[in-house]
Amino acid sequence: MSHKSFVWMCLLPLAAVTAAFFVLPMAHLLVTGAEGPRGLPEYLAIIADPRYRATLLNTVLLAAATTVATLIAATITGLFLQRHRFPGRAVMIAILTFPLAFPGVVIGFMIILLAGRQGTIGDVSSRLLGDKIVFAYSIYGLFLGYLYFSIPRVILTIMAAAQKLDPSLEEAARSLGASPWAVLRDVVLPALAPALVASGAIAFATAMGAFGTAFTLATNIDVLPMLIYTEFTLAGNLATSAALSVGLGVMTWLILALARTFTGNSVAAAG
Amino acid sequence: MNMMTRHGAALKIENCGKTFADGTCALARATLDIGQSETLVLLGPSGCGKTTLLRIVAGLETPDGGGRVLFDGKDLTRQPIEKRNVGMVFQSYALFPNMSVAENIGYGLKLRGLPKAERAAQVAELVALTNLGGLEDRRIDQLSGGQRQRVALARAVAIRPSVLLLDEPLTALDAALRERLRGELNDLLRKLGITAIYVTHDQAEAMELGDRIVVMRKGAIAQIGTPREIYFTPANRFVAEFVGAANIVEAPIEGGELILPGGRVPVAGPATMSRAVAMVRPETIAIADAATTGLAGIVDGVRFAGDRQRIIVRDAASLPLAVDAPNTIKVRTGERVGLSIPPDAIRLLPDEG
Repeated sequence: MSHKSFVWMCLLPLAAVTAAFFVLPMAHLLVTGAEGPRGLPEYLAIIADPRYRATLLNTVLLAAATTVATLIAATITGLFLQRHRFPGRAVMIAILTFPLAFPGVVIGFMIILLAGRQGTIGDVSSRLLGDKIVFAYSIYGLFLGYLYFSIPRVILTIMAAAQKLDPSLEEAARSLGASPWAVLRDVVLPALAPALVASGAIAFATAMGAFGTAFTLATNIDVLPMLIYTEFTLAGNLATSAALSVGLGVMTWLILALARTFTGNSVAAAG
Repeated sequence: MNMMTRHGAALKIENCGKTFADGTCALARATLDIGQSETLVLLGPSGCGKTTLLRIVAGLETPDGGGRVLFDGKDLTRQPIEKRNVGMVFQSYALFPNMSVAENIGYGLKLRGLPKAERAAQVAELVALTNLGGLEDRRIDQLSGGQRQRVALARAVAIRPSVLLLDEPLTALDAALRERLRGELNDLLRKLGITAIYVTHDQAEAMELGDRIVVMRKGAIAQIGTPREIYFTPANRFVAEFVGAANIVEAPIEGGELILPGGRVPVAGPATMSRAVAMVRPETIAIADAATTGLAGIVDGVRFAGDRQRIIVRDAASLPLAVDAPNTIKVRTGERVGLSIPPDAIRLLPDEG
């Protein structure tokens, strides 16, 4: 057997797995989406149907808000944790990254414990203001859950990137007269840009597609994964849920691809 | 902007020491004056405190209580680096990878709010001065090591600093380039006439660039002097051995002569002690006919270096002596040779045990 055919042989299992678990289901999904009463235009429903379009917009907005909020919170925290040594730092990092271990259901449960009908925020607010604040079962609760979910990943990425930053870069900027804010704007953030884009893309994709948290919190939150679920299980509308799934996949993939292109460029620019 | 008229500030470092939080003393209290437009070199092995001293001047470290740093008589000890107007060149150059060559050079001017046109004119002048023409729009990762070094220098002098601080700026380069850039850097420093502090562990760099050299060891100043003073009249054994090549011999003295195993050598000046640690530079010893000199030994090895040869002679002193002889002299290993040392080439050092 030649070296080349040996390599090809080794690729066979990969090809089999890819075909069985990726290509075939995807193809089936694509075909199913076009087999509904509306046929191929079913794919346009995600944009044409007002309810679907609103849900899509909702989902994208929620994911974008989650991403922005996560990046801001995690960058500040990550930079602080990377640069300061204080007692309890290791414990704090452990607590901050703990949510990585939880499934979406548990995150949803925790949001209910925080902001649900029997939640801490409701208790405190009813005692202080006489008004029980409950927002766990709305899109705000979901936002909080996704935030909780995304922050650990981004913090870890930012800390790793900040560690690689040459401290003399900041010292050089300061020697030239840069204020702390200018150092952050001109030196630190540009250096962290690839990490910010990469981890932001992950946060966005997670928030677009996550289901467990939304399902735990409520059934009437209008996000795309919930819509797919209800179309599929309650309405039995196989074609629509398949078409929506493909739409969700394509949207998320596009965002990730865009981020990857951008990261690729900025990585090259950062030398 | 006329580059030739800038001279920077006169610096005074008063009683500056540095003890780190864990109790290690990186720098014993030191006092130093640096004249306007002087290039002062801090020379010493790694861990000698030279970088700590530089960082205290820069404002990146605060000196222990009581220490003061004055620029032109103004106490800047409490001012952070961004308020001190210092130009810094780092060993890693620390160029901003997200900016082009021109943007790097102009960054300090931009922070000072200089109008774009004026900034461009000054950057152009610096580009010409540092031979970077045609590279203005390059990214940093498209530059060679020598070019990066020049960008770092141009960026640091662009802000017309009170003092230029250079932290081992040539160490990251290979030997041949280092030597060439050393010459360029020297020309530039003279041309700019700017006050500069230059940190290095390379004694050849220190000799060529320094108006004065501060030799440091284990957090303390071992000697301050001009390159010639440091080389010809080292204050102690450490300086003698660290700067240039040196033969150090310990021998008894009798009647104004060193008593060596291979003969006697007269020393200059009043040698009142009975034992001495003496330093002789290899190039001050001449090979002569053994019959005509008071000191003789056996050639142990010859290392030809092109422009000269280093001859190792044993049995003359307690340790083999290194002699730098002209490349035309022919000696063979095992041959007996005479050594002539002028009395004033022998430097008696304090015996530190």
